[in-house]
Amino acid sequence: MIVYVVQRVLLTGLMLFGLICITFTVSNVAPSDPAALAAGPDATRDMVETVRREYGLDKPIWEQFVRYVSDLARGDFGRSIVSTRAVGTELAQYFPATFELVALAMGLGVLVGVPLGMLSAVYKNRPFDHLVRVFAVSGVALPAFWFGLVLQLTFAAQLELLPTSGRLDIASPPPPPVTRMFLVDSLLAGDWQTFADAFAHAILPAIVLSFPCLASILRVNRAEMVEVLSADYIVAARAHGVSPWRIVAVHALRNAMLPTLAMIGLRYGWMLGSTVLVETVFDWPGIGLYAVSSAIAGDFKPVMGVTLLIGLNFMIANLVVDLLYGWLDPRLRAAQ
Amino acid sequence: MNTRAETGGLARFREEHAAAFRQLRFYVWTFARSPSSMIGLVIVAAFLFLAAFGPMIVPYPDDATGAMNLSNRLKPPSAAHWFGTDEMGNDLFTRVVVATRTSLYVGLVIVIVASTIGVPLGIAAGYFGGRTRMIIMRVTDVFLSVPGLVLALAIVAALGAGILNGIIALSIVWWPGYVRLVEAKALSLRGESYVEAARSLGASQFRILAVHIFPNCLSPIIIKASMDMGLAILSAASLGFIGLGARPPAPEWGAMISVARTYMPTWWWYAFFPGLFIYLTVLGFNLFGDGLRDILDPKSNQG
Repeated sequence: MIVYVVQRVLLTGLMLFGLICITFTVSNVAPSDPAALAAGPDATRDMVETVRREYGLDKPIWEQFVRYVSDLARGDFGRSIVSTRAVGTELAQYFPATFELVALAMGLGVLVGVPLGMLSAVYKNRPFDHLVRVFAVSGVALPAFWFGLVLQLTFAAQLELLPTSGRLDIASPPPPPVTRMFLVDSLLAGDWQTFADAFAHAILPAIVLSFPCLASILRVNRAEMVEVLSADYIVAARAHGVSPWRIVAVHALRNAMLPTLAMIGLRYGWMLGSTVLVETVFDWPGIGLYAVSSAIAGDFKPVMGVTLLIGLNFMIANLVVDLLYGWLDPRLRAAQ
Repeated sequence: MNTRAETGGLARFREEHAAAFRQLRFYVWTFARSPSSMIGLVIVAAFLFLAAFGPMIVPYPDDATGAMNLSNRLKPPSAAHWFGTDEMGNDLFTRVVVATRTSLYVGLVIVIVASTIGVPLGIAAGYFGGRTRMIIMRVTDVFLSVPGLVLALAIVAALGAGILNGIIALSIVWWPGYVRLVEAKALSLRGESYVEAARSLGASQFRILAVHIFPNCLSPIIIKASMDMGLAILSAASLGFIGLGARPPAPEWGAMISVARTYMPTWWWYAFFPGLFIYLTVLGFNLFGDGLRDILDPKSNQG
């Protein structure tokens, strides 16, 4: 088991290094001169040359790479040209907002996706199953940005039930920052009004973000449940007179949960990626919106920072799932 | 008398290929039996029709590339303008239909480039195994370790906005999926007895790969390519929406929604119809791919 864990961790490190190679290459194929960008539009040629020397951009490419990697190792992602602040600081500032949204959406995806998948396996090939299938395919096909706009139109503009965008009402001050997740912080401060406000703002973006995830959790759970429900031990349990719903919800569901768990881990990383669209629609000040606004401004240090941060999260999620898998599935444990 | 010879030829052809015809009839029957596959087929056919003939049948062809008709701006849907008009007074129905061709082109290029890179690499990794496989799969894993849209965003940020750069970026992030898919298939084919037989008869490596391995990998590739058409169109539209893909006034669904966003909620139709077309297109290719899976690869049916 220890060998397995060490192996997985080393492999994750290697993949992270690979991703760093990609972001370095992408930054260096840019047709624009990074020194000129960093010096600003009004810089004289001398100023650009100073910046070039200062950033080590006059050095050979491999030396630049070594510098890039060692900077990253110290948590230095470079500086944003637009805000002139360190990208690392800004990432730390924006990430909690994104994480809050992703956690909420993931909760929604699991709470709705697992029961729907279970029920649709029980009612296989009946009208309910077909209805759920249409719903699941829609989850993949609906453009997140358009779905968001339609929800804003319906629930914010027409029905006036929920706010359109942002994290809080303009009039209400943010709660004292502890985790920078407004839902958690307002609870910690015991401020129910802010909590309700933050929650109302999070509902629509969380729904949009969770939809594709919900759909794939549903599909995996349904496929697994269909298979498990025909297993011998289910037939045996039924023959022993265990109540039908207990069989489905306890015996079958537990055994169908492993692949669903893997899907949840995979989806966490994908969701972080989709925040690029969802945060843009809802003006949610997280890393997705940060990446988009930086990309439009041609400021690509922050974009690479976000790419690396999302990649790191994705890899860690996969690692955790792999290890959990090894731990939860007795057959894998025995195989090692 | 000529016709008689032809019918004779046709009859012989049918006889010689009876098995293939039977197989084909079975495919058509299986496909047509499933309502969702047929919906997919209808949508895909309509999409291809609009892409081919759209520019010829639209009511206001001049509006396609962005004319100016300010007296007519932001009109709601009506008999004259089915989808309403945009901020320049252009007919939205015209622009949405003409954009179909852009999407088809974007989807096709991405899928073709991605499969041309990914499929040979996947076959090589799966068939040769060993160090070749390790290197190819590690590189693939690195590309798959970050969501495609984010990496594409990073690449477009470096290359500069534009539809061509969007296509380049999406192709770069799209090929690893094909490597994954084909590698697994080629790995399982490697031990098949007909491959073994070809090898022992002294067939060259290239011949084995091209004649024995590749054709047997085709079903999953076709299924994935069909689904990817929709997803590639969706991703390109996403880049357009962010403001890094096609540049308005070029007719592209995502870019149209990007502009239309600022006119929400009062002028809702401007964003609504392009988005509906994206949704239907992606849905159509998805259902169509699902239908293809049912006939080409029935064992892997995921429900």
